Amino acid sequence: MPDHKPKKYLLVALVENKPGVLNRVASLFRRRNFNVDSLTVGRTHKPHLSRMTIAVDATRGDAFKIHMNLLKLINVVDVANVSHEPHVSRDLALIKVRANDAESRNGLTLICERYPARIVDIGPEVAIVEITAQEDQVESLIDELKPIGILELVRTGVVAMGRGVRILDSDYEPVSPITATSEAKSYEVYSV
Amino acid sequence: MKLSGAEIVLECLKREGVEVMFGYPGGAILPTYDAMTRYPEIHHVLVRHEQGAAHMADGYARASGKVGVAIATSGPGATNLVTGIATAMMDSSPIVCITGQVTRGAIGSDAFQETDVTGVTLPITKHNYLVMDIHELPYVIREAFYIARSGRPGPVLIDIPKDIQTDKIEFVYPEDVIRLPGYQPPQTASDKEIKAALELIHEAKRPIILAGHGVMLSGAVQQLRELAERAQIPVALTLLGKGAMPENHPLTIGMMGMHGEAASNLAIQEADLLIALGMRFDDRVTGNLKTYARGAKKIHVDIDASEINKNVRVDVGIVGDLRSVMDQLLPGVEGTSHAEWLNRIRDWHEDADERDIINRDTGDELWGAQVINDLWKFTGGNAITVTDVGQHQMLEAQYYPHQRPASMITSGGLGTMGFGFPAAMGAKFARPDEEIWAIVGDGGFQMTLCELATAKQENIKVNIAIINNNYLGMVRQWQEFFYEQRYHATPMFSPDFVKLAEAYGIPAMRVERRDQVEESVAFARSTDGPVLIEYVVEAEDIVYPMVPAGADLDKMIRRPKPGESAR
Repeated sequence: MPDHKPKKYLLVALVENKPGVLNRVASLFRRRNFNVDSLTVGRTHKPHLSRMTIAVDATRGDAFKIHMNLLKLINVVDVANVSHEPHVSRDLALIKVRANDAESRNGLTLICERYPARIVDIGPEVAIVEITAQEDQVESLIDELKPIGILELVRTGVVAMGRGVRILDSDYEPVSPITATSEAKSYEVYSV
Repeated sequence: MKLSGAEIVLECLKREGVEVMFGYPGGAILPTYDAMTRYPEIHHVLVRHEQGAAHMADGYARASGKVGVAIATSGPGATNLVTGIATAMMDSSPIVCITGQVTRGAIGSDAFQETDVTGVTLPITKHNYLVMDIHELPYVIREAFYIARSGRPGPVLIDIPKDIQTDKIEFVYPEDVIRLPGYQPPQTASDKEIKAALELIHEAKRPIILAGHGVMLSGAVQQLRELAERAQIPVALTLLGKGAMPENHPLTIGMMGMHGEAASNLAIQEADLLIALGMRFDDRVTGNLKTYARGAKKIHVDIDASEINKNVRVDVGIVGDLRSVMDQLLPGVEGTSHAEWLNRIRDWHEDADERDIINRDTGDELWGAQVINDLWKFTGGNAITVTDVGQHQMLEAQYYPHQRPASMITSGGLGTMGFGFPAAMGAKFARPDEEIWAIVGDGGFQMTLCELATAKQENIKVNIAIINNNYLGMVRQWQEFFYEQRYHATPMFSPDFVKLAEAYGIPAMRVERRDQVEESVAFARSTDGPVLIEYVVEAEDIVYPMVPAGADLDKMIRRPKPGESAR
């Protein structure tokens, strides 16, 4: 199996919404010398679960290793490599560009029409373009805007979801150890 | 019943069956130490350095199969545990470390003796906890023990702020571990996997079993033996796999790897099937991966999915509990013989015997190999040996054959000097009726010799054998082979170990001639409490064979035969 050609893989991890979980995942990538392209994390419709989308540049074998190592983390509930299946992926970018003359403003409008992008803020000097699209489209919009003059740029990193009825979820309902006797205690600083 | 956090800790330890814990008190863990006075059934061993506590817990765990417990205070107490935790992690040893932390309100303020110990130990624990809500505490302790001992065992650390130890709540013991949605240790193999493995086993003409630590951790010793005997497959052992198969069994061909038996390494390179059971293809076992067992199909059974295809690409990878998988596999295994293959391996062994120093008359010299082999002889081969790291460790692996599981304890993965002596003490608590020998070098022993005081205070019957060659022997060997004999920073001054032991009130003896070894064993056996014996051996010893790091497994540096010149 030709295994040495790195390629982009999208891994989706369902994790417990607990302090330190992001740190555990990040530490894993550093420790095992895996290359992260982007990592996004956010809450899901279940308050006890968060979801990460991790884009990695890896060989097929390394992507598998990353998958298995993620599953090994106690707080990681499930992992899917959505690159292997039909999926939807989106990256969001905010791009601040020069817009201080007619040429740049016209150029901007024309370029944005050809992308799922829009101008969300415009002033006499600069404009902010927002795009939500597949990563390669975001890349190509950025390339087109470069000649006009990019002043600032921020991206969320890719989020992804497998298509169809293969659902990445967990039946787990957290058991709250907080019993009826619990009093919400404020932290006190004792002498150490 | 209202209990303080400290009492909850001890109550939970008691219910986990903890009988002994190893630790060192300090400010942030004092509430728990105070509560110990109300739990006399859990014996606390006061160590002299927290690293010793972690190694003792590790030794206890490896000798007993139960979870070992170490306890320390915040800051330096916690960071001193780190080497011991990393050691347990690399060798899949189940320990739970409990550390005190500064009060919750002080966390993050660089308070006195504050260290982010969950951050520090994150990559070297199987899991760790910082308890920020006392109601979580019973759950956390229950989970910690469960995680430590289940699946692929490993260390778990629980960091408990001081104010959580003193707060009180109504105590409810969680009977079940129910909060781990992301943790389900694998159990059995699929029928398809079993079928694929059986096919390879039945096709093979030159199969070999590589047995690792997992054989013992999963309790598959009997199953391994059955497989080997029925299909007449030779068994090579990893360092931590020693004891998985009796070494006097005709199918056991010895340790593999950098200092393994030449016959094992040659057999691996010529095999047409590797059956890797509960081992992880460490670089010390494989040598050059590009040339490793090139002609062999490979079956790999491991409980850790991330080990499959990590270093060596395999044909059949099975993720599961080895014992369960073996129980699935065995009914399908047909009886066969591999007489020709086994004879070939026997020939390699005969060649090795010709080279062996143990079969030579060395006159007045005393060599490490001879000491170890004599220790084996005079202890009837029945002692539990706990080694440190270095030449003596490899000599132990070569010259002290073990017949029982968990009778040899050593730091394999991390190679932690200083491990042997404290781990031996931990092992003694686990197996009080067994004869325990700590076999250590002069270098490693000096890293944790402060625990002599612990041994004396607790009157722990451990026999310490120091193989003293006045060098950091293994490093010196590398310098001799690979650094043109520039022995820099390896010649080592040591104290007079006999006088040192006496200063601690520990009986001791120095052995300089081979005919004294028997007497020294008798002395150790007949003396109450810890005993130290220093064996002064030849300084410039070499452990043969040796596969240089990264070299092909069959490109070993061998001990010259009599009459041959050295390389």
